[in-house]
Amino acid sequence: MKLLDAEKVRISPQYFPFMATAFTFLLLLVVASLRYTGFFSAGVLINLLDDNAFLGIAAIGMTFVILSGGIDLSVGSMIGLTSVALATLIERQHVHPALAIPLVLAMGGALGGVMGALIRFFALAPFLVTLAGMFLIRGLALLISMESIQLTHPIYSYFSSLRVSLGSGAGISGLALIFLATLAAATWISIYSSFGRNVYAIGGSEPSATLMGLPVGRTKVTIYIASGFCSALAGVIYSFYTSSGNATAGGGLELDAIAAVVIGGTLLTGGSGYVLGTFLGVLILGLIQTAVTFENTLSSWWTRISIGALLFCFVLIQRFATPRRE
Amino acid sequence: MKANKKRGRLSDWPLLWPLLALGAVLAFNFLFSSGFYHIEWKDGHLYGSLIDVLKRASPVMLIALGMTWVIATGGIDLSVGATTALSGAAVALALRNGWGTGSAIGVSLLVALAAGAWNGLLVAWIEVQPIVATLILMVAGRGLAQLMTGGQIIAIPLGDFKVLGSGFLFALPFSISLVAGVSAVAGFLGRKTAMGLYIESVGNNPVATRYAGVSSGWVKFLVYVACGGFAGLAGLIIASDVSAADVNNSGLYLELDAILAVVIGGTALQGGRFSLVGSLVGALLIQTVTTTIHTRGLAVELTLIIKALVVLGVCLLHSDALRTFLRGSFKSQIGRARYALSRKPT
Repeated sequence: MKLLDAEKVRISPQYFPFMATAFTFLLLLVVASLRYTGFFSAGVLINLLDDNAFLGIAAIGMTFVILSGGIDLSVGSMIGLTSVALATLIERQHVHPALAIPLVLAMGGALGGVMGALIRFFALAPFLVTLAGMFLIRGLALLISMESIQLTHPIYSYFSSLRVSLGSGAGISGLALIFLATLAAATWISIYSSFGRNVYAIGGSEPSATLMGLPVGRTKVTIYIASGFCSALAGVIYSFYTSSGNATAGGGLELDAIAAVVIGGTLLTGGSGYVLGTFLGVLILGLIQTAVTFENTLSSWWTRISIGALLFCFVLIQRFATPRRE
Repeated sequence: MKANKKRGRLSDWPLLWPLLALGAVLAFNFLFSSGFYHIEWKDGHLYGSLIDVLKRASPVMLIALGMTWVIATGGIDLSVGATTALSGAAVALALRNGWGTGSAIGVSLLVALAAGAWNGLLVAWIEVQPIVATLILMVAGRGLAQLMTGGQIIAIPLGDFKVLGSGFLFALPFSISLVAGVSAVAGFLGRKTAMGLYIESVGNNPVATRYAGVSSGWVKFLVYVACGGFAGLAGLIIASDVSAADVNNSGLYLELDAILAVVIGGTALQGGRFSLVGSLVGALLIQTVTTTIHTRGLAVELTLIIKALVVLGVCLLHSDALRTFLRGSFKSQIGRARYALSRKPT
């Protein structure tokens, strides 16, 4: 019935989950703005981008993985490893950040590549390979340093005070700009590059993609390299955000990232969804967090409960608003 | 050996690798850890490192039993850790409010079964993918448990309830006897009744199972309920062991350990076949490795790395692709596509 209605207004049902996400975001924003004075301000909205930059970047990498029908459980650990490795390189080994940052990004890509290669060459389940990766990477991070390392390099204090003015007194931070740049690049890649099209094709049906002659193996490995790179970038952002490196950073973040992707309207079976949806999903998670802080009487666990409830609603929307594939 | 009876090759016996790995760790301890095999008889009870391994492994072993069934139907349950927190919180609150031990345990098991039923409902009848369906409770469940306890660690008043975590039955710690009993019942249900067959057939082909007159939905629903129940039992043991309901830490990452145990034991994530004994061996292997690392005084972070290597090793050993690759066929892209088609989970 829902499909019939959709045809009347000429909106393809594939956009339903994305539209539901956008609608939820606007609804939350309006309700929160009416309820809390001072909520709808440039400051709060920019903080939303700022506070969720590392989650958002990790979730963007996760979107590609999930679009291809896989899953990556290692993103949280990767944030811990890159932040602690970066802090050790800069503070203990006195490597210049301009060299250290590309180094840890390459490490993230390489670790992702190893997981992708295991998935591609040995046909192992992504769930298990990245679960092993999660343990391995967290172990490596703890091996580097058990305690948190403060980052005191001048570039950190410079970057964290950096604001690009938007006029009217509000300024957007460097971290938020990197987040938005990653979002723009990922959106372009997912829609216009052949890699992006291949990701959708593999998620739609891997055997068909193979029989079409698409480079399935290469694309799969590249997806996990991209996800490793994104979570490493998220780790770098995290180290700027907190001015420290911590091996236990990002614990459980993979679940928030997956939740953001699902709330953003991407199907976990793969093949359908948008990077922009994930962006909105991340903002929705951020809005809930902010609203719970604004509502003084609510305790922190309401965040988890409401994220769970929201996940449930979106799962139902996905289940009933999109055509079933047999 | 069992493998000879079935006239199969020994290398095809699914329990071979996990048992070999467990044997290797035990042999290592025999050679290098003095006192690891020392078992003491004191006041009619058994004490020692081996007993300790069994006792510490008991929550994971219990959950691994339920997880094995869930995975055999082609599903997965990420929410078991949150369920242990829920049942721990429920029992602590009930005992705090002066309930009897029996009714407190009953009520917290009901909470756990309800959590399992919620998962089952989503997977079986709303047909949500198991990872997402159970992710909901994994995220929200711990929040609900925090809501119940007000975010506090609730101490459990001393009483009969302590028996679960630190009591003894038949000279063994109570939790070991409990695992043995529950495993025996689960093994009986799985192998001597039609239930095991139903579970495997749902995992192999739910549509064909439905045409054969078995309700796939009910089978799926019930395995999630059972998994919730096992997780609840594990939560009770944990709560009794530490005499408190610590909702933030109780059962954290337990779901991952349980899934690891099941996979190490030779149950494929695609579903369709299962081995309860394998899962128990897997859980024991994980705990033996952890205990070995602790008793050797090695860094704790090594546990994570070794766990990761064990998972990867076991996955590679079970990987058909690796075997075929080693046998030298598996060259054409078409062959790979046909292979992917044949193993694509429904």
